[in-house]
Amino acid sequence: MAPLLEVRDLRVEFPTRRGVLTALDGVSFSIAPGEVLGVVGESGAGKSMTGAAIIGLLEPPGRIAGGQILLNGKRIDNLRYEQMRRIRGREIGAIFQDPLTTLNPLYTVGEQLVETIQTHLGLDGAEARKRAIGWLEMVGIPAAAQRVDSYPHEFSGGMRQRVVIALALCAEPKLIVADEPTTALDVSIQAQVIALLKGLARDKGTSMMLVTHDMGVIAETADRVAVMYAGRIAETGPVREVVKHPKHPYSAGLMASIPPLDRKVEHLAQIDGAMPRLSAIPRGCAFNPRCPEVFARCLVERPVLLATGATEAACWLYDAASEKHAPEAMPHG
Amino acid sequence: MAETPILEVEDLARYFDVSRPWLQRVLAGEGKRTLRAVDGISFAIPRGTTLSLVGESGCGKSTVARLVVGLYPPSKGRVVFEGMDLERARAIAEQRRRMQMIFQDPYASLNPRWRVKDIVAEPIRAFGMTPGAAAQQAKVAELLTQVGLSPLDGEKFPHEFSGGQRQRISIARALSSNPDFLVCDEPTSALDVSVQAQILNLMKDLQARLGLTYLFISHNLAVVRQVSDRIGVMYLGRLVELAPAETLFTTPRHPYTRALMEAIPDLEMTGRQRIPVGGEVPSPISPPSGCPFHPRCPLVNDRCKAERPALIPARAMKQGLTACHAVEEGRDGGVPAAQRIGTTATAL
Amino acid sequence: MAAVARMLDSDLFWSFRRSPVTVISAVVALICILGAVLAPLLAPHDPFDVATLNLIDAFKPPAWAAEGDAAYPLGSDDQGRDVLSAIMYGARVSLLVGFCAVLFSMVVGVSVGLLAGYAGGVVDGVLMRVADIQLTFPSILIALLVDGIARAALPSEVHERVALFVVIFAIGISAWPQFARTVRGSTLVERNKEYVLAARVIGISQLRIMLTHVLPNVLGPVLVIATLGLSNAIISEATLSYLGAGVPQTQPSLGTLIRIGNDFLFSGEWWIAIFPGIALIAMVLSVNLLGDWLRDALNPRLR
Repeated sequence: MAPLLEVRDLRVEFPTRRGVLTALDGVSFSIAPGEVLGVVGESGAGKSMTGAAIIGLLEPPGRIAGGQILLNGKRIDNLRYEQMRRIRGREIGAIFQDPLTTLNPLYTVGEQLVETIQTHLGLDGAEARKRAIGWLEMVGIPAAAQRVDSYPHEFSGGMRQRVVIALALCAEPKLIVADEPTTALDVSIQAQVIALLKGLARDKGTSMMLVTHDMGVIAETADRVAVMYAGRIAETGPVREVVKHPKHPYSAGLMASIPPLDRKVEHLAQIDGAMPRLSAIPRGCAFNPRCPEVFARCLVERPVLLATGATEAACWLYDAASEKHAPEAMPHG
Repeated sequence: MAETPILEVEDLARYFDVSRPWLQRVLAGEGKRTLRAVDGISFAIPRGTTLSLVGESGCGKSTVARLVVGLYPPSKGRVVFEGMDLERARAIAEQRRRMQMIFQDPYASLNPRWRVKDIVAEPIRAFGMTPGAAAQQAKVAELLTQVGLSPLDGEKFPHEFSGGQRQRISIARALSSNPDFLVCDEPTSALDVSVQAQILNLMKDLQARLGLTYLFISHNLAVVRQVSDRIGVMYLGRLVELAPAETLFTTPRHPYTRALMEAIPDLEMTGRQRIPVGGEVPSPISPPSGCPFHPRCPLVNDRCKAERPALIPARAMKQGLTACHAVEEGRDGGVPAAQRIGTTATAL
Repeated sequence: MAAVARMLDSDLFWSFRRSPVTVISAVVALICILGAVLAPLLAPHDPFDVATLNLIDAFKPPAWAAEGDAAYPLGSDDQGRDVLSAIMYGARVSLLVGFCAVLFSMVVGVSVGLLAGYAGGVVDGVLMRVADIQLTFPSILIALLVDGIARAALPSEVHERVALFVVIFAIGISAWPQFARTVRGSTLVERNKEYVLAARVIGISQLRIMLTHVLPNVLGPVLVIATLGLSNAIISEATLSYLGAGVPQTQPSLGTLIRIGNDFLFSGEWWIAIFPGIALIAMVLSVNLLGDWLRDALNPRLR
């Protein structure tokens, strides 16, 4: 099936006075219709920026400096602001971490939903309002017919995030970009929101790009996952494979350092050091200073995504031409 | 175990006045409003062990941390440190030096205008522990090495470090007065997972080497499992369950504890449908009557709505305290079989 | 050397270099300040040396005019004083009063704001209400009031001697609430930060926490207010002097010069008032523009 979204060799740069920083470097992936792609990484890995680039909301002075973003085969990375605004909402819905930044505090949630529905679907007022109430019911807001006339501040955090989800979905976009949609929520509320997002995506056949640092959320929601590190994709593949048998030493370290809930371990696996700053990304593989498997080639040549088993990893361990053999798959579970 | 615990907390409570300003209140005709952040909790921490308090935001766990180090005076009840009332203990430098705190936000917990060596040395100077500039410098170097930093890092400013490194600096500062008791308020929740593992390992090493006692505050049950000897689960300012770590995870009794564990996304659960807890945490300004969890509890009955349950030994258990009428009356279906968490669940 | 290199490499200097308006302002301000400070060395005449004054030289137009005299580049006044020299000496007085007044209001305002923000409660309430009340009066009114009281209360020869201090006090006292409010606001934020809590857990005294932890972290905005306050103080001083309530006649400031020149403005000798006016505008405008730049450069959200 032709992918709904295709990102090819995306490069995002930030000009600063000390030179141009490359925040995303050669990021490529695609999302099939109805698929949920999880994008995971630690802070500064560039996962949120990937989402922002796709919805055309890169914060200045950030700019797309190379590559293409295609939605249904049409390029959207070079559109003007007005054109992009029409695509946002109608074809791509966005959900952010903090629901308060998405909702306008001066309008009732109903007015905001109705406006979006009318703008993008061209329905009349009464019909749009009926739809708005329908969406609020669908995202699980009790007494939706009354709450539709409430202002955002009258909702609790979890309920507000539900409203944001309704707002992102109400124009029936084909793709949703959700950036840390549950991070600001408590665990018990998180579970409700995840279940809701997952159910809606499945029922409506909506594709989703789910950006989060929480591997648990990805494991539970995504079909495929892309692990990002220092503005590059380190590994991508089916979620089960990447979680259980990570191939890239970074993803392996990341999975192993997550404290398990079901047992106590004496010493958690850890990755020493920290992710490099954008101004100091090492030559070759960006992970090489922290990598336990590092060898000569990693220091000079940047690895490309190489197929290994069911996943693809940007690691020279998996190139037959390298002088080194693959390590054993991570023992896990 | 006959040894006295390093810290005891008896019926501790802290209320905050969250009323609007007087004039507005009078104009709107409302009364005073009180937020019961912590509402009558008791526990003790034996020397050299870790007690963790877990709960969702607004449950009062951070307020407990601040009460225990004397940043807030209690509204009710008391804190006893080394057999001495906290207020008296804090008045004595030698006792005060023995308790230290590590904070959540590595970006706010270090003074941005100070060099790292001055930050780490602040307690040393305050308690006059190592006289002489050279000796102080050596001590700071030793502390930085101990937490995995270089002695040369002392010359730098906090903004030159990553979040994880800053947290190490925080730990070095806390250790510089040779404390026995550390209060750790969400020390890893602002960090990335791989860095979180570094800090947790460091804290465990330090505990083993220096015989430290920890009060560990966290919202992350998986983290808590890795570090705790005993765990208290808080909900709306109260302890609803207090049990040894293994007991809590293998046989959680309080319905809230069980719900929390159900709600956590676990890596092993790929593809499994979770059962989310319904409803949301009520406001601590107007908490529900009786048991605070009753509006969300599947086992609720009339008694739960009217009567506040006490934290008592859980029925049919050797260890562990639970504040639940259903558990007391045996309405909860008895001791649960091993919880369906983790590996056992993937078999589905 | 290392400090200079670091300064030239700093973000602040970078944003400075990128703004031509700021660079020009800095040059103008520097010329004004140097001209004022070095007036005894640079000025062509000493306008206060009565011995050198000659009424024959009175009312000379600027040097480029038909009857101009190269010895009086900007002309001379009714007493035969060189206008350029008078401006340089006058700017000295204006700047001195401005700097001292700002320093005074800064010390008072920062102390009050720090105390109010850190102590909170009743202390905060009382101090901030006082500031609020003062802010309801126009600052020039307060300055006139102080000046009037000083004139009435002090014998005239005493007043003559302390007049400069009275003006500094009068202008300074009207500006402290701005500092106090800003510092209080930042202090409220800083005092709840975890580094302050950490110091409290150690048991550092409250005064020490205020001075060593909170104070250095609330000074950024103070610098901006001080710069903008300097131009306000210079204007206030000029206004007072123009109204005859400012510095003593024996030490004319730019405001005094403008007042003196005012009498001749419509009788043809325009240069006596206009040149001091231009000097005042150049000084105030350049300082103001520098202040605006500093405010933007120190604001992380605009970077």
